[in-house]
Amino acid sequence: MTQLVLDRVSRWYGNVVAVNDVTMTIGPGVTGLLGPNGAGKSTIIHMMGGFLAPSTGSVLLDGEPVWCNEQVYRRIGIVPEREELYDSVTGREFVLANARLHQLEDPHAATARAIATVEMADAQDRDIRTYSKGMRQRIKMATAIVHDPAVLLLDEPFNGMDPRQRLHLMELLRAMGAAGCTILFSSHILEEVEQLASEIEVLVAGRHAASGDFREIRRLMTQRPHRYTIVSSDDRALAAALIAEPSTSSVRLDGALHVDATDFAAFARALPALARRHAIRLLEVRPDDESLESVFAYLVDR
Amino acid sequence: MINTTVARLTIRAMLGRRRVLLLFILPAVLLAIAVLARVVAGPEPQLARDLLGPFAMGTLLPLLALITGTGVIGSEIDDGSIMYVLAKPISRSSIVLAKLTVAIGIVLAFGSLPILLAGIITADQVDGPALAYTVASAFAGIGYCATFLLLAIVTRHAVVFGLLYAVVWETTISQTVPGVQAASIQQWALATTELLLGDQASRAGMDAAVGGIGAPLLAALVVGATWLAVRRLRVLRITGDTT
Repeated sequence: MTQLVLDRVSRWYGNVVAVNDVTMTIGPGVTGLLGPNGAGKSTIIHMMGGFLAPSTGSVLLDGEPVWCNEQVYRRIGIVPEREELYDSVTGREFVLANARLHQLEDPHAATARAIATVEMADAQDRDIRTYSKGMRQRIKMATAIVHDPAVLLLDEPFNGMDPRQRLHLMELLRAMGAAGCTILFSSHILEEVEQLASEIEVLVAGRHAASGDFREIRRLMTQRPHRYTIVSSDDRALAAALIAEPSTSSVRLDGALHVDATDFAAFARALPALARRHAIRLLEVRPDDESLESVFAYLVDR
Repeated sequence: MINTTVARLTIRAMLGRRRVLLLFILPAVLLAIAVLARVVAGPEPQLARDLLGPFAMGTLLPLLALITGTGVIGSEIDDGSIMYVLAKPISRSSIVLAKLTVAIGIVLAFGSLPILLAGIITADQVDGPALAYTVASAFAGIGYCATFLLLAIVTRHAVVFGLLYAVVWETTISQTVPGVQAASIQQWALATTELLLGDQASRAGMDAAVGGIGAPLLAALVVGATWLAVRRLRVLRITGDTT
């Protein structure tokens, strides 16, 4: 049972704040760190991996500080986002070197095990420079799990993977999580996190926006007020009809019709029925704020 | 003390890159000049002194040490792959010492050895300039490597600063301006060689700008730079970005 704790952690670069007063506890199982690009996900993972000192606050692994403490790497495996590896060695040699650096008792056996786990046995004797993006990702994964770490940190691990590789990695992480490993991976794709993670931490603009079970966060995300722009054959008549609906909270007319819907699902059912009843043609229905950023922004403002 | 796995990875990275061509070009130029001089002028100790002193010691060696000293760690820091070495439960000093050892080994192989050969070719004898400058190049190589390794950990612009130092300071100023010669790795290495070889060095035409203080200064530089390199590596900031 290994726990990774961020306690009131902030990190700034000069006068740019990358991570702002974040407190979170990552326990066994798979946790997804979700947020748009530039939200500070990498900064958090780097601090958890001991590659960056928090400007204030502390990062603790089972109560022990991670920063400037190389012994924590016996328990931490890290898969960085960047792809650069030691190009002039083969995949097997590189994983073996990592096993040796961990001072494992039987580095050869550990290497063979890790390479088999990531299904890279066929390409293990080729130079890393000949690897595709997905193969590099798998070799990175092998180096991170070669010492059976209690904590696994992955920075955008699914980037550049094809669907089959993605599924395979998901299965692998799920199995490791079920076996009691503490896994944290970052992603900017909601579906990815939803498929894999049992716990989600949402990060927006360096702030910890939401935390908890994915269903809960999904509900928060879908039940937020939705804003639509509608163009129809008779905007004013439609506006009059819409404001009578319990699922809308405001209607505004300025050339087009702008509607705030409090209940997304009910509004989606009501709108076409309403138009039909009043014989109004809907020419355009456009959600104004479907981007992930606006979803996140809502969570922050909540 | 020295992590052999780190050393092995570093050697593979250094010799597996296009950079290795540069390592070959510099000594090849030296040997080509030596052979040419020998063919044109015949064996001549004075020729060996002129070739090995200002050119080999003053220009070739700092450049070679700059390429290797920064190369053994700089590109890994730049592309972030140093993370794989740092994310291990091994002491940071064993990493720095492994890198330093590899850098010194490369400078000995691609710098000192060609200097010995060039000395033998031009002077037709091992004693004299050949031996003296080989020893001096080894001392200077150690000093340069420790300095440039530190520089590569401290700044992403190590090659620029190192080049300024190598060309402006070591090649130009320290060979010509008397006062500042006292602060030059090259002069310290020459002084250390004189201390070690005694008369043999002066017979070989070696004349360091500093006296007996050179050896302790060089030793202090190597120890100090290495110690600082370990400290800085421990707190090396790695951000995921390329910026």
